[in-house]
Amino acid sequence: MPLITMREALNQAIREELARDERVFLMGEEVAEYDGAYKVTKGLLKEFGPKRVIDTPITELGFAGLGVGAAMVGLRPIVEFMTFNFSILATDQIINSAAKMLYMSGGQFNIPIVFRGPGGSAYQVSSQHSQAIESWFAYFPGLKVVMPSTPADAKGLLKSAIRDDDPVIFMEQERMYGNKGEVPDDPDFTIPLGVADIKREGTDVTIVARSLMVPIALKAADKLAEQSVSCEVIDPRTIRPLDIDTIIESVKKTNRVVLAEESHPVCGVNAEISAEIMQRAFDYLDAPVKRVSGVDVPMPYAKNLENLAIPDVERVVAAVREVAYLD
Amino acid sequence: MSKQTAEPISAASAEEQGSTGVVESPQVDQKTLSRERDAAKELQKDRLAGLNNETLIALYRQMILIRRFEEKSAEVYSAGKIGGFCHLYIGQEAVSVGALSAIRKDDYVLTSYREHGHALAKGMSPESVMAELYGKATGCSKGKGGSMHMFDKEVNFLGGHGIVGGQIPLATGTAFASKYQGTDQVTLCFFGEAAVNQGAFHESLNMAQLWKLPCIYICENNRYGMGTSLERAMSLSDVSQKARAYKMASEFVDGMDVLAVREATARAVERGRKDYLPTLLEVRTYRFMGHSMSDPGNYRTRAEIEKYQERDPIKLFLATLKEKNIVDDKQLEQIDSEVRQQVEEAVRFAEESPFPAPEELYTDIYANPIDPSRNRTR
Repeated sequence: MPLITMREALNQAIREELARDERVFLMGEEVAEYDGAYKVTKGLLKEFGPKRVIDTPITELGFAGLGVGAAMVGLRPIVEFMTFNFSILATDQIINSAAKMLYMSGGQFNIPIVFRGPGGSAYQVSSQHSQAIESWFAYFPGLKVVMPSTPADAKGLLKSAIRDDDPVIFMEQERMYGNKGEVPDDPDFTIPLGVADIKREGTDVTIVARSLMVPIALKAADKLAEQSVSCEVIDPRTIRPLDIDTIIESVKKTNRVVLAEESHPVCGVNAEISAEIMQRAFDYLDAPVKRVSGVDVPMPYAKNLENLAIPDVERVVAAVREVAYLD
Repeated sequence: MSKQTAEPISAASAEEQGSTGVVESPQVDQKTLSRERDAAKELQKDRLAGLNNETLIALYRQMILIRRFEEKSAEVYSAGKIGGFCHLYIGQEAVSVGALSAIRKDDYVLTSYREHGHALAKGMSPESVMAELYGKATGCSKGKGGSMHMFDKEVNFLGGHGIVGGQIPLATGTAFASKYQGTDQVTLCFFGEAAVNQGAFHESLNMAQLWKLPCIYICENNRYGMGTSLERAMSLSDVSQKARAYKMASEFVDGMDVLAVREATARAVERGRKDYLPTLLEVRTYRFMGHSMSDPGNYRTRAEIEKYQERDPIKLFLATLKEKNIVDDKQLEQIDSEVRQQVEEAVRFAEESPFPAPEELYTDIYANPIDPSRNRTR
């Protein structure tokens, strides 16, 4: 299989789906002539033309809502947010329109739309441009929320998201666009939404991680292996709906669990996973569930402070050792 | 939307409570008003030309149906048969009836939460609309949307939206889709003047003109956003002028004259169908009832309401029809009795319909529900 970057994998997914289905179009800020602020959409304007690949004004609420309206009557928009920080302006249309339309209309109007773009921590851009807000979207029934951690997952999941008949929030990670991995070039390659992936099998401690935290968890697992601790790393890949069964099965096997995430701990996705584990596997736990999260502060600019705000390999290692009662 | 109080209070009863807290209403000059009314009547007569009696009577019948339907809604709301918010359309009937008489069945309509009138004018059955108000399984949204969220795919009625201005980007999207798909369908997007202050309005108009999308933005300027008058909320209160900021065609229209609304809409529809061009119509109207059923009405005077009622769109149109001998009293009596019958039927249908089954709580959340256990490969 070809070794390509996350950025190229996403580009392939969009290109293949644009070619496959005339109803699919891409819109967002700088997606066309500029080739994408992060070059994910590079070359698409040239290949598909301005009808299918559309530069928008900086008007997030407007074009998000326009996409939802178009999806009500048969189109399948891919709406790019240059970053998910800017999706905050569009939340009324994502939450009040896209997520609830099918329900409010008694099943008449489903919204096949993908809202995608990078999110999570970036490099030294301070508080407004560096944050993980997946828990906001994961809160709402009606939305599906996907966060890939490898180029192959990114391609397979994005293709499924575009083919899905519901609104999908597809959150890429700004720091991961250059990560490389093997990716199938078969245009029929997809990965179903809602299915967790066991990124590494192990027996002593389960680490649940998503997006940027997956490579960090895998590095931590390597280090811990040297210390004779065997970690199982699970990537839910889809946050809503969450494949909780895979997590519970693993916890029942290892009896110890660390939940790693970039986002703030308060009301976060891992708070939800933690509650589910308590309810469904309490008797299997040999230690309290341990969370490793981004610290509960707005993201700072200074490099040293920024490093302190985001979970790293050392913090994950320490958490695993804590639940294994090794220190 | 509105703040809910325990007891629904009609505008009238609150007026009678005295002047405490009354904000001075904009002055309405009686002379100007009568002059306007007479002028409107004359104009309306001119507009009859070219329309057959059948069409004219159908317009009248639709307006009176909406009026009776809304009166009944108020009645059953007060009786506790329907819940939640209920925003009545009484006084504004000429807008939806006039505008929707100028489009085809396959054209799209989106509106706000004050929507019963548009739903009926688009051809939805009074039964399905009333049953929705009752929260019954037979309602147009299966009892999941209520007064503010009515939908009917059969007639391309796309809601019923509860956040002020939220429907405006959506309507821009349906217009975008028409152009993308190469059809000649237009979209009518209704909203109140208060929505004009939302970013959604400005963002949408900009894109619609920039990309030439066949959306007709119809601002139903009823002078009040809930209890805040236009003058207290908008620096430039001439809504139609806002189109100039986007190089968009616009008109302002007398919203009490059903034929004026019809004509202006027809002109906009032609622009939309032929050249994929949008239009902003400011339709000046007035709501005779409160913002919602819980409106205390202390922001305007009874006298002001009465003055506008002088130009009641139904009365105005009826006077024209009578003067021109288009209907006689016998016909009117028959229409009236048929409409009342229709509304009674709708209520009976709603009353007799079942509530949604408890399982319905969990349906219609996803078009493709995901069961991870079924998809898992390992």
